[in-house]
Amino acid sequence: MEFLEQLINGLNLGSIYALIALGYTMVYGIAKMLNFAHGDIIMVGAYTLSVAVSTFNVNPGLSIIISMIVCAALGILTEKIAYKPLRKASPLTVLITAIGVSYFLESLALLIFGSKQRKVASVITMKPLSIGSFELTGESIVTLGVTIIIMVALTLFINKTKTGKAMLAVSEDKGAAQLMGVNVDFTISVTFAIGSALAAVAGTLFTSSYGFVGPYTGAMPGIKAFVAAVLGGIGSIPGAMLGGIILGIIESFSKAYISTQLADAIVFGVLIVVLLVRPTGLLGKKRMEKV
Amino acid sequence: MKKIINKKNIIAAAVAVGVYILITVLCSAGLLSRHYQSLLVPIGINVILAVSLNLTVGFLGELTLGHAGFMSVGAYAGCLFTLYSDLPTVIELPLAIIIGGAVAAVFGVIIGIPALRLKGDYLAIVTLAFGEIIRSVITNLDALGGAGGLKGIDKSSGFTSVYILLLITVLVSVTLVDSRHGRAITAIRDNVIAAESIGINVVFYKLLAFVSAAFFAGAAGVLYGHNLGILKPNTFDFNKSIEILVIVVLGGMGSIKGSIISAVIITLLPEVLRGLDDYRMLIYSIVLIAIMIVNNSSKLKAAKEKFIEKIRSGNTPAKEDA
Repeated sequence: MEFLEQLINGLNLGSIYALIALGYTMVYGIAKMLNFAHGDIIMVGAYTLSVAVSTFNVNPGLSIIISMIVCAALGILTEKIAYKPLRKASPLTVLITAIGVSYFLESLALLIFGSKQRKVASVITMKPLSIGSFELTGESIVTLGVTIIIMVALTLFINKTKTGKAMLAVSEDKGAAQLMGVNVDFTISVTFAIGSALAAVAGTLFTSSYGFVGPYTGAMPGIKAFVAAVLGGIGSIPGAMLGGIILGIIESFSKAYISTQLADAIVFGVLIVVLLVRPTGLLGKKRMEKV
Repeated sequence: MKKIINKKNIIAAAVAVGVYILITVLCSAGLLSRHYQSLLVPIGINVILAVSLNLTVGFLGELTLGHAGFMSVGAYAGCLFTLYSDLPTVIELPLAIIIGGAVAAVFGVIIGIPALRLKGDYLAIVTLAFGEIIRSVITNLDALGGAGGLKGIDKSSGFTSVYILLLITVLVSVTLVDSRHGRAITAIRDNVIAAESIGINVVFYKLLAFVSAAFFAGAAGVLYGHNLGILKPNTFDFNKSIEILVIVVLGGMGSIKGSIISAVIITLLPEVLRGLDDYRMLIYSIVLIAIMIVNNSSKLKAAKEKFIEKIRSGNTPAKEDA
């Protein structure tokens, strides 16, 4: 029974990681950059939700949409201001800029909300479901359901719509896509918007399970999701989903059966082992090297 | 064969001694406030860390995010040595530094052999993962003080010992970079396949750069521990690695002088901005983003070059007149 409980816990956590990892991987696929500020978008999403719900008494469903819109706008804005001028710069420069954006968002949150963690009421009001002696919390049901819906919708969007196909084309070859008439700037903006909106959803689910938000809330889930994206093969969308779920399950099992404190070390250890066996991640594509 | 005693080296040595004398005089004359005096050691340690990280990031061209991990391994090894040994400080501290550096170098080999097979962002994430693993393992080892930290270390290091290690680090790095080995390392950065095809042992030279960087990071950690008297695992987190990386990138990759200057500025910047209190980090982050964009944006770069050219062409006729 405990095994099943931990499995559900793992799936729950894993879905949140997967949602964040999707943002990392999509942005990496298209802009070839590690967006270190992505974790902090989660934090912005969670704060927006908490302010909307508790300060302005907006209804929870609408607040989630507001939080998604705010995050999407923030994603587009950071891309336009900070990353767009650096499209031809070295990856390291862009990485440092992303870190700068991350510091900026964290210190801004610190200035506005202070260092004390803010309580967030769960926006999920679903009753727990009991199957025999086993109880499934409302948060788990919603998290799993939402993640499955989002993943299906995202896969359909990327493979069936024109914008989705443009995203695939840009990630394959930016120059060629532009010659074929794809609006690269627009496509990149859409990618950042979708990735950030997903981070907002992840932020909502995350704070619903944990109940608090602080300026540094996004940092650790951000790094974990980044690990998940790399584990699955960065740039690959099914990879991010798989990586997130695997990471969540490993973390939850090592917390339950090995050691709570060493769970992080185990998660990172698994990543290293996987990369040594498959240097581009589980579902990553190998690239031929040319001189 | 180049002579060791030439004009350039004499000037460098004079500058090194001059800076030391200047700082000691300023300190003893009381011209440097206590607050700024307390910053001398962190500045020196950051210079050592930045110069050593520059070996991997700047000269080898591989992005690593686990430099703080090596620093912590070295710091704990060196500090444990002084805690359990009973030698006079003059012998103990240098020995501790060597032990700390050596242990960090061993970790560099252990981590480097598998990690250096990976490229680019994958290497970055693996070194980040190693750094985090080291931190969480140290946090859980009671023998190392756990999360509370390793206490009771002799506060035997000060500005002088940091400055000596700093000079050694810079000297070794400059010599390494200028040598045949250094040229092999930069060749790997410029084109791995081409370097391999002319017979450069890529694995060996990658490891050489990686391990030298680890050694000095570990040695810097030892001095850090002996200056504060306490080591806490959380000081060596991911953010510390990032801080050093920022220093290296701002100073210019592959420039040792740049690393030194930017280490001094970046360490002082938050202190200079201290008056602004809560806005300190906000301004720091904005400055960071702005510098990155101004230095690297293709549009702004062209504008900058035009501007410089304008000044130059404006100056040349003036010189001719004179």
